[in-house]
Amino acid sequence: MTKYITKRILLAIVSIWIITLITFFTMNAIPGGPFNKEKATSAAVIATLEARYNLDKPLGEQYVLYMTNLLHGDWGISLHSGRDIWTDIWSRFQVSAKLGGRAAAVAIVIGIVLGSIAALTRNKLPDRLIVFFTTLGTAMPSFVLATLLLLVFCLKLSLIPVWSSSDPNYILPVIALSVYPMAYITRLTKTSMLDALNQDYVRTARAKGVSKVKVIFVHALRNALIPVITYVGPMVAYILTGSMVVENIFTIGGLGSVFVTSINNRDYPVIMAVTIFLAILMVIANLLTDIVYKLVDPRIKLD
Amino acid sequence: MDNANLKKNFLSAQIDLSKFSSANFEKATEDEKRQQDVMGESTTFFKDGMRRLRKNPLAMASIVVLLLIVLIILVAPAFVPYSYDQIITVDGVRDKGSANLGMMEYSAREQAYMDKTGEKLFPHLFGTDGLGRDYFIRVIYGTRVSLAVGVVAAVMVVIIGIIYGSIAGYFGGRVDLIMMRIVDIIYSLPDMLIIILLSVVFKERLGALFEGTVLAKLGSNMISMFIVFGLLYWVGMARLIRGQILTIKNNEYVLAAKCIGTSNRRILKTHILPNCLSVIIITTALQIPSAIFTESYLSFLGLGVSVPLSSLGSLANDARAAMQSYPQRLVIPAVVICLIVLALNLLGDGLRDAFDSKLD
Repeated sequence: MTKYITKRILLAIVSIWIITLITFFTMNAIPGGPFNKEKATSAAVIATLEARYNLDKPLGEQYVLYMTNLLHGDWGISLHSGRDIWTDIWSRFQVSAKLGGRAAAVAIVIGIVLGSIAALTRNKLPDRLIVFFTTLGTAMPSFVLATLLLLVFCLKLSLIPVWSSSDPNYILPVIALSVYPMAYITRLTKTSMLDALNQDYVRTARAKGVSKVKVIFVHALRNALIPVITYVGPMVAYILTGSMVVENIFTIGGLGSVFVTSINNRDYPVIMAVTIFLAILMVIANLLTDIVYKLVDPRIKLD
Repeated sequence: MDNANLKKNFLSAQIDLSKFSSANFEKATEDEKRQQDVMGESTTFFKDGMRRLRKNPLAMASIVVLLLIVLIILVAPAFVPYSYDQIITVDGVRDKGSANLGMMEYSAREQAYMDKTGEKLFPHLFGTDGLGRDYFIRVIYGTRVSLAVGVVAAVMVVIIGIIYGSIAGYFGGRVDLIMMRIVDIIYSLPDMLIIILLSVVFKERLGALFEGTVLAKLGSNMISMFIVFGLLYWVGMARLIRGQILTIKNNEYVLAAKCIGTSNRRILKTHILPNCLSVIIITTALQIPSAIFTESYLSFLGLGVSVPLSSLGSLANDARAAMQSYPQRLVIPAVVICLIVLALNLLGDGLRDAFDSKLD
């Protein structure tokens, strides 16, 4: 077990390191420096600026410098606003985390409930309805859902106020973000629940006269939830990338919208910082998922 | 029949034919002969799977929907007299009033032209966009781009995945270990972020490179997306193929082929890969919608196809600015995306049920 965990942590560190390599060198492959503006700047000024930001050093040295700064918690300065990137990322991340956390919670809770209902009423009306809607849910990209929700509920029907940072209304963005993972979790729970209900221990429990509720919740559901754990890592990744468009559509000032604006502004240090930050989050989420999965179910063979 | 030398044994069950004449025998009629036929036709793996697939109404409906969509996007441009990148012209003059028409509406100039000449102009089925281009034909071309991206990406993923996975799985040992470590690392990279990152970079870098070639029309974004698909998305497929091959290569027929000196290449091609076919078909069918998803997502972020070409995602994105006044411009591409992805998902599920008896 310890060996497995060490291996996974090493792999995670290697992944993060590769991501920093990819981001740094692709960003530097772009022609034109950050100080090439429409207005002509004198060569002397550019030279001073480059010397100030260490851009005159060889690329390898720049990378080492960037990494040392990063490890010291210095993520650089935005070219667009001139502000410290980390303060910006951290305050925006809190907004995104609130939204993403709610979406994840909704997806997991509703997904498990719907999945269990579908498994228990197999081939009856509730199951059919759930299967129908989850299939529909997995076929709809989050941006389509988000724009349609905004159009119908905010603009046409005026049922829900448009997002404002002073009075945030989470309902629509959370729905837009959580439908896909919810549908996925529902399908996952349904299959594993059906599998668990056919196990010998469930039959034994029934034969012993354990109440139906107890069999479902204690014997079947607890075992059925193990495969759901594996989806938590991918779900975090989905919600993080999905939040980029959803935040953009609902004009929520979260990390996703920072990323999209920085892409549009070609603000390279910010793009790099956000990429690395999100990548670290995803890698950690995957790492924890794998470890928890092994801890919860010792039957799973290592590797 | 010569029964003369038959040993007379009173327990013998052999019939003494000398007691019968030809009148005692009757030839079997055609009907009776047919009863002897084996009823079940011998089937191949593929036929068997297709038979099961044909019984799945959802999968068949999906095939019909997909064929219909493909037919429309192939045929429609021949009928519709408008082009996806040209503002509508009436009588050789650019019609500035043709912007933002509703469904089936004509602009004032078009109406006047029709009244004057009595000629019937082709209707704008979905209206026009903000620049006065026929929206129906833009949706058609958008669907073409989205579907093409999905199929090309899936084919790339399949080819790279099969080659990589079969080499790793077949040779095993240290080769497998190193190849699979590489897969593990690529697998743990957040693909969407890297796609976005590379699209940003390639947009600057490749744009100049492709100037004046056919590729320029497609746009550096599309090229970079294909590159990223080629770099990152094959790992899932490679893992699946490797797993399949690991189980198949221990079968006796592979051992037998090895014993008679068959080359590795031939064993892989004739004995192992055909047995992985079901996994390959299913994964490919499910890979297409995921590529379409990714493309529409990138187009929505403004990192997709270059103007004036459209994809379903970029159409939806363009429609956002005016979605309150012209909701149909948002709803139509959205519905088409959902329809395609839904049909492909259902078809993929159907294929899985039909071809993979292990998964129930």
